[in-house]
Amino acid sequence: MMKRLLILLTATLFLTASWALAGPVKIGMITTLSGGGSALGIAVRDGFKLAIDQEGGKLGGYPVQLIVDDDSRKPDKAKQIANRFMKRDNVDILTGIIWSNLAITVVPKAVREGVFYISPNAGPSLLAGKGCHENYFNVAWQNDNLHEAMGQYVKDNNFKKVFILAPNYPAGKDALRGFKRFYKGKPIAEVYTKLGQKDYAAELVSIRSAKPDAVFFFLPGGMGISFIKQYNQAGLTKDIPLFGPAFSFDQTILSAVGNAALGVMNSSQWNKDIDNPANKRFVADFKKAYGRLPSLYASQGYDAARLIASAIKAVGGDMSKKDAFRKALRKADFDSVRGNFKFGPNHYPVQDIYIRKVVEDDGVLTNRIVTKAFTNHSDAYVSQCKMK
Amino acid sequence: MYLLLFCQQFLNGLQFGVMLFLMASGLTLIFGIMDLINLAHGSLFMVGAYLCATVFQQTGSFMLGLLVALPGAALVGIVVEVFVLRTLYARDHLDQVLATFGLILFFNELTKIIWGPRALFLDVPEALSGTIEIIPGAPYPTFRLAIIVVGIIVAIFLYFLITRTRLGMLIRASATNREMVGALGVNVNLLYTLVFGLGALLAGLAGAMAGPLFAVEVGMGEDILILTFVVIVIGGIGSIRGALVGAILVGLIDTLGRAFLPALFKLFLDPATADGVGASLDSMAIYILMALVLAWKPRGLLPAHE
Repeated sequence: MMKRLLILLTATLFLTASWALAGPVKIGMITTLSGGGSALGIAVRDGFKLAIDQEGGKLGGYPVQLIVDDDSRKPDKAKQIANRFMKRDNVDILTGIIWSNLAITVVPKAVREGVFYISPNAGPSLLAGKGCHENYFNVAWQNDNLHEAMGQYVKDNNFKKVFILAPNYPAGKDALRGFKRFYKGKPIAEVYTKLGQKDYAAELVSIRSAKPDAVFFFLPGGMGISFIKQYNQAGLTKDIPLFGPAFSFDQTILSAVGNAALGVMNSSQWNKDIDNPANKRFVADFKKAYGRLPSLYASQGYDAARLIASAIKAVGGDMSKKDAFRKALRKADFDSVRGNFKFGPNHYPVQDIYIRKVVEDDGVLTNRIVTKAFTNHSDAYVSQCKMK
Repeated sequence: MYLLLFCQQFLNGLQFGVMLFLMASGLTLIFGIMDLINLAHGSLFMVGAYLCATVFQQTGSFMLGLLVALPGAALVGIVVEVFVLRTLYARDHLDQVLATFGLILFFNELTKIIWGPRALFLDVPEALSGTIEIIPGAPYPTFRLAIIVVGIIVAIFLYFLITRTRLGMLIRASATNREMVGALGVNVNLLYTLVFGLGALLAGLAGAMAGPLFAVEVGMGEDILILTFVVIVIGGIGSIRGALVGAILVGLIDTLGRAFLPALFKLFLDPATADGVGASLDSMAIYILMALVLAWKPRGLLPAHE
């Protein structure tokens, strides 16, 4: 009797153990939820969670467990979280990082240790070129892409005297380099401002005295809000058109900028009016779940989750089949909210990039697509990537 | 042409300096008189901006926002002083830094809980929107001019308060010798609360005035706080005159540096390098100024009591 009980007990134990093996796919999300820039991380998280909630706690038909932690935009903190996620929580997939400098500290080590990293935002040139890796996928863009599109558009519209401006840090320099790569001509002035600068009075006077026919700027977050407001207050909006990447005209930002942004052209790989069923469902469900319009970042978080879902489905929820999982990710067999979407050889998107205009719609400031700057656009670093 | 450009940039520098003065005057009083290092002064700046923006969104009136933001920020300051800071006066500066740094985190998270992570919208009041040509051929934003005027009014008000009133006399006396003022039967606790409330009010004013220019967002006071500390160190801790001189100096050097350093380097470097070097050197300029001032006058340009 006792023996039988023991066998039964062992059997149950084995059963639960094997059950644990086939348990949910674990996804660790490291993102910025507090301090400056937290609106971006929150949007990515909400977009990602929406995809899981739509399937009732599953992705691709298999249960997933999402663990989220806040990096406060600090590289060392992001590193600690990544270590904890990999060592203690044994996650299969990492995602969520917003900032390129954080991505560069976390991603190379993680992918070398066999974890998959799906980037919903940061797309540094290093990880697209020499530092590319078979386990690293970027579902958003390479950092230069949106600036390149704006350069193309400004050139196509025959602006001859362009004033360009960005903060003095690596992504700022990349932005202006990206713009110039497709603008081809030489800007009449190239200005680098302090990172985190709030007052642009001096730059605005320089702009006025340089008499450009267009201004291109990349100033993410609060810097952009301050710049656009002050540009308008200086009375420049009516004289010199402003151009920039979508980051400064995102849904989360427009409400803080107000009418000063009205009519400004900006470049983006996504907009809520792109006409396809996946996008319609995303926009409607997002509004219902969170009571606000989705932002660019939310769309990227959502696509990251949908991409993961397609690969989980392909391997039948078995994360030990790493090669098959990677192959499935490469195929990108999911309906992106952007419509056309595929990966290039460096696992960065090959996609269309649009030019949008800020308009007022039902009393809310938002964007409308005006034209397409690029079709199936890749990035400038793909040739440097030597992936097996 | 160059003179015109210089005049405009000078005006910009002056305006930025005045904004810094509004912050620095409160901080220097608190530091000089109460001997308290208050890192949370930037949070009071943020509170002012958020209160003003909230009222603005409800009513559409910036002036009404200002009327709520000023007493609001003062009230928050007084509550913080009474409940948190009062226990810290006897402690050393490191404890104060730690505690007030904690307050920054507290206020940032509280702001996010109440208003959410998105930046708020605050626009220039209708009457002050647009530009005027005070220098012919150079339109200048009216609102920035208004900031300069407000700064001058505040400076005059503080001058009278400090030199001509009984409260000012007590403030000056306790800056020189706190124990003696207490021994003479003055309620030092009440005096401290009043001084802190006044400092908070000025920070709130600076925040509300900055709202239409800058992004009203969580953590907006931290960048300006660092500059404010530079200002009061240059000017001399505890001295309102020092804060005024320091603020104008820092505002002018920062703005003029940004405007003209790259152009200067372009005379003998290629443009791309010149922009980079100019921008980097400009970031250092005010700290170099601080180092020079401290080497020359270790207690600042116009110390409160010599």
